[in-house]
Amino acid sequence: MIQIGQEEYKTIIKHAKEGLPNEACGLLGGIVVSGVTYVKKIYCLTNTDASREHFSMDPKEQFAAIKDIRSNNLQLIGNFHSHPETPARPSDEDKRLAYDSTLLYGIVSLMAEDSPVFKVFHINEAKEVSEEEVVII
Amino acid sequence: MNITVAGKKTEVEEGISIAKLIEVVKVENPLYVTVSINEEFVDSKAFEETVLKENDFVEFLYFMGGGSF
Repeated sequence: MIQIGQEEYKTIIKHAKEGLPNEACGLLGGIVVSGVTYVKKIYCLTNTDASREHFSMDPKEQFAAIKDIRSNNLQLIGNFHSHPETPARPSDEDKRLAYDSTLLYGIVSLMAEDSPVFKVFHINEAKEVSEEEVVII
Repeated sequence: MNITVAGKKTEVEEGISIAKLIEVVKVENPLYVTVSINEEFVDSKAFEETVLKENDFVEFLYFMGGGSF
């Protein structure tokens, strides 16, 4: 299970909406306690592809986020990106490019912009997908 | 010697290279990983000859990307 605060959730949705019509992306910092993942900090990154169908994170921004995560005694627990026009599920490209099976992969669907859908997934080395329960507190 | 890998204190053999460290810590997809030592990026072509020192901070980071389809 993943717990995320209202403010952190709103930050993700806001970043996704501000990125329209393109995909937006970012990283999730947090902690894991007794099997529960707590999202503590959202890092909004630049989609260097500037595309409505693709995203790539800027490695320098990634490392800056990692530095902040370490300094706050957090862990890199995953990333997120938006799907402006498709559902909140990992696409074939998302699965192919999920190189780290230890991370969580969050997706915001803005198919209905006023009713965004945020889901989080594990993608294992065999590219099998499983959805994680998300609780917004 | 002791180094910090992805935020965790890790004991490794003296003179270990990045290439060897990648093996030791079982990086999942080495071809797609970017490495920094003490916040300096290391060119992947230099992984074999780049030797780590006591108290180095090493970060591995994968290319992160995807798409809607």
